[in-house]
Amino acid sequence: MAARRPVRWHIVVFLAPAVAVYTALMIVPLFGTLLQSLFNTDGQGGRMFVGLRNFATLFGDALWSKQFWNALGNNAWFFVVHMLVQNPIGVALAAILSTPRLRMAAFYRTAIFIPTILSFVIVGFVWKLILSPIWGIAPGMLDMVGLKSLFAPWLGKEEYALTTLALVSVWQFVGIPMMLIYAALLSIPDEVIEAAEMDGITGMSQFWKIKLPLILPSIGIISILTFVGNFNAFDLIYVSQGALAGPDYSTDILGTFLYRTFFGFQLQLGDPYMGSAIAGAMFGIILVGVCLYLFGIQTRLRRYQF
Amino acid sequence: MSARMSTGRTVAAHAALLTYTLIALFPVFVIVVNSFKSRKAIFADPLALPLPGTFDPVGYETVMKQGDFFLYFQNSLIVTCASLFCVLLFGAMAAFALSEYRFRGNILMGLYLALGIMIPIRLGTVAILEIMVAGGLVNTLTALILVYTAQGLPLAVFILSEFMRSVSDDLKNAGRIDGLSEYRIFFTLVLPLVRPAMATVAVFTMIPIWNDLWFPLILAPAESTKTVTLGAQVFIGQFVTNWNAVLAALSLAIVPVLVLYLVFSRQLIRGITAGAVK
Repeated sequence: MAARRPVRWHIVVFLAPAVAVYTALMIVPLFGTLLQSLFNTDGQGGRMFVGLRNFATLFGDALWSKQFWNALGNNAWFFVVHMLVQNPIGVALAAILSTPRLRMAAFYRTAIFIPTILSFVIVGFVWKLILSPIWGIAPGMLDMVGLKSLFAPWLGKEEYALTTLALVSVWQFVGIPMMLIYAALLSIPDEVIEAAEMDGITGMSQFWKIKLPLILPSIGIISILTFVGNFNAFDLIYVSQGALAGPDYSTDILGTFLYRTFFGFQLQLGDPYMGSAIAGAMFGIILVGVCLYLFGIQTRLRRYQF
Repeated sequence: MSARMSTGRTVAAHAALLTYTLIALFPVFVIVVNSFKSRKAIFADPLALPLPGTFDPVGYETVMKQGDFFLYFQNSLIVTCASLFCVLLFGAMAAFALSEYRFRGNILMGLYLALGIMIPIRLGTVAILEIMVAGGLVNTLTALILVYTAQGLPLAVFILSEFMRSVSDDLKNAGRIDGLSEYRIFFTLVLPLVRPAMATVAVFTMIPIWNDLWFPLILAPAESTKTVTLGAQVFIGQFVTNWNAVLAALSLAIVPVLVLYLVFSRQLIRGITAGAVK
């Protein structure tokens, strides 16, 4: 009925403010950056069009590609740790929290979300303190339970540092999947749960058979948010290990690699053109991941209207 | 008569939640407790509570003597609340248009708006700065509000449209039959139903804005427009070996965002209960 009208102005009104602000301050500047990745200096202070040569350097030149693949590999591991630790813990906590008539549920939910509201400045500082071999609380606590031998300077060892930081990040952000899943679980109508109980499905099997299928779209959302968040991550590594992402680049991820290249660090000069190329590569990686999700997974999820 | 939990199960649930709560709060506890202790006591026993012998508010005194923290708090509050309002209103409107109407370019528009989730807005910083200089908005809170609105919108639209798809069509069509305009349907029928999602989006939008260091540093570093995170960071840079002062500054930086969060958390609970009742 409404579709017959030539222009439905309310759609324009609904979309206009968001699209205007977003286009002017996000899309236009970002495309400026992507465009810049196709240029390089001409040696006389100007810039010239070089096509995809910056990308050829990034993937082909040994000096660049080694750093790039290292950062990409580390980033992938960072993401895997989040998917395997953060999201299952988040879903489990939400499931426990949403049990009916659980006392102090609001307190737990509030408390568990608190790390998420802290700034990276605070998180990096406090975990460095706790894990420090000198002042650190961790060695003392392990000593108390007689496990001192297990302690290692986790942030200083190449083989542990990245996983440690990933776990710190999990500690910080577990509240996000918990909240989203919690909201999804609460929006399941009582009638559905009551019907399940009439059929004798309770407890764990109720979660697996009734609730989990209903919250799958939300789990899809948190997976894709985790993916995007992890491949944009930068701050935690930067505040705890610096832009060099030590020890020996073992915690270098795409965000820190981009920052070092774009703005320069210590003796390295900033290179806005190669930096833009890295930004372009990150953009491509994330775009592929999101498209795989949108077309491969999201369209197959079943949605239920209550 | 929904499932009555057995005692054992309740105990297990509490044990699991309590364990995780301890893990979550322990580092915050370390910062706050040590900020009230003398320098010697911080190093001697980091886990001890501040006792009469070791209590020392010297850190807070240093912080109070230094920058104008109250002004910083006020700036952060204005920026966070104004951006949040814009993100929620504009985001919900766009999400409604995308999830409710079929029109040419709908999917394309959805993808266009989702693009912003994928790329950090920081990549466009130089161009953003140029825009702000051209508009005379450097060193104003307006510049920050505009940038944060743009930054928060994509995620808000993405999450809200996902939730709006599950609002029953029958309800909206009933409203249409009763002669409600599309705007009334949005503001009086749909918006109240997605309140839990709105509260969730609010919390997620608020945090990165409050904690952001990057844009305040570049767009509004003047003394009169400094936000609290920038203030704290500058402070840590100056006092890196003065642990009392650093711990006190960090504790103070936690307080306001905690209060804001607790306020919205109330809203969240209210929103969820209101949304669950049909």
